[in-house]
Amino acid sequence: MSGLLRDALVIARKDLALELRTKTGLGSALVFTALVLTVFNFGRDPTAVAALDLAPSILWVTFTFAAVLSLNRAFQLELENQAFEGLLVSPIDRRSLYLGKLFANLVFVGLVEAVGLPLFALFFNIPILHVLLPLAALIAVATVGFVAVGTLMSALVIRVRFAELMLPVLLLPFLIPPLVGAVQVTARLLAGRPLSEVSGWLRLLLAYDVVFVSLAALLFPATVDE
Amino acid sequence: MTLKTRGRSITLLGLLLLAGVYVRAIWFTPVERTQGGAQKIFYLHAPAAWSTLLAMGLVGLASILYLMMKDERFDRFAAASAEVGTAFACVMLTTGPLWGKPVWGTWWTWDARLTLTLFLFFLFIGYQLLRGAIAEPGTRARYAAVLGIFGMVLVPFIHLSVYLFRTLHPQPIVLKPSAPSLPGDMLATLLFSFLTFTVLYIGLVTQRYATGAGDAHVG
Repeated sequence: MSGLLRDALVIARKDLALELRTKTGLGSALVFTALVLTVFNFGRDPTAVAALDLAPSILWVTFTFAAVLSLNRAFQLELENQAFEGLLVSPIDRRSLYLGKLFANLVFVGLVEAVGLPLFALFFNIPILHVLLPLAALIAVATVGFVAVGTLMSALVIRVRFAELMLPVLLLPFLIPPLVGAVQVTARLLAGRPLSEVSGWLRLLLAYDVVFVSLAALLFPATVDE
Repeated sequence: MTLKTRGRSITLLGLLLLAGVYVRAIWFTPVERTQGGAQKIFYLHAPAAWSTLLAMGLVGLASILYLMMKDERFDRFAAASAEVGTAFACVMLTTGPLWGKPVWGTWWTWDARLTLTLFLFFLFIGYQLLRGAIAEPGTRARYAAVLGIFGMVLVPFIHLSVYLFRTLHPQPIVLKPSAPSLPGDMLATLLFSFLTFTVLYIGLVTQRYATGAGDAHVG
């Protein structure tokens, strides 16, 4: 097990090193997030709808779009010079390969969210400091779930025509449970409600994480092995 | 008798039975007191939903078997089942609003069951888009199988999340008509229709499966 994780971290470190040297992916994702938030600001009538009412939806739709767009990158960068074949012949368990990609994606999406959250608070004048810790935990739990499914789906579509369009089409139905849960819990956190009100949602989010991370790690070998 | 003609005769039998369902539902089943004639669409709607769920479950099952045994017949069956499931999902999604408008007063509502079935439909469509986008049969079968299994696992999660969604936000009007004790005549019609739709599912999948064998030779 420790070997599995060690190899996964090697893969993740490789991906993140690549990303940090070019910074194009991360830079575009951050600008994209800021732009989506701006678009939302003009997509509502501020006199009719209070920002707080829309806030959970704005936050999660933005995060979802940013994540879906970033996920294509994970395997796309392996297509050049047949780097993916190189990874497959390397003496690394397929599950490590998946987990490594998952970790790198989580760091990537996490960075985007870490910048997106304060921007969101700033643009929409939403006080988040008093619930920062539970909100950050919620974002982490929800993100793990949909990035786990997204990482596997991005491996599925990588050699497919119109991969950029195919990924959201396949992925969005899978984002419904974490997205609905995250929006519900965020709304209650921002409204200052106790967490006990949303224990059902939290359990659902955690169960989703456990089931889909395991399932994806289990099925990933089937997607890459001939 | 080849598989294709066998499939065709089962489908034909299913269509004959379907005509029987219409006759029985329209003339030999009592009119529901509060919903009136609109309620009769239920005899097509619920069985179509059953066939859709059956199709999704069998896509998932065939996908697991394919990944375990790498037998292309399981893949062909999954593909056939998904196509037929999409057709039944269309029947379900069109008959539902037709009934909903007169009875609920709205074509569509984000009720748990409606949302679930809509996403079943999206899953089927995504599954077929993915199949259509991959030319190499082996890769297509593997990728489709992975998606099929994911879809099967997703269904209970969607159901649970929309169920939670609704209980936290109770609707002002009780939307679901409670019909736990169906009168004997209605129950008989419904069961007859369930049988009919199952026969139709088997017939259509058999035909599609047989055609898929031809595809493999041409491709």
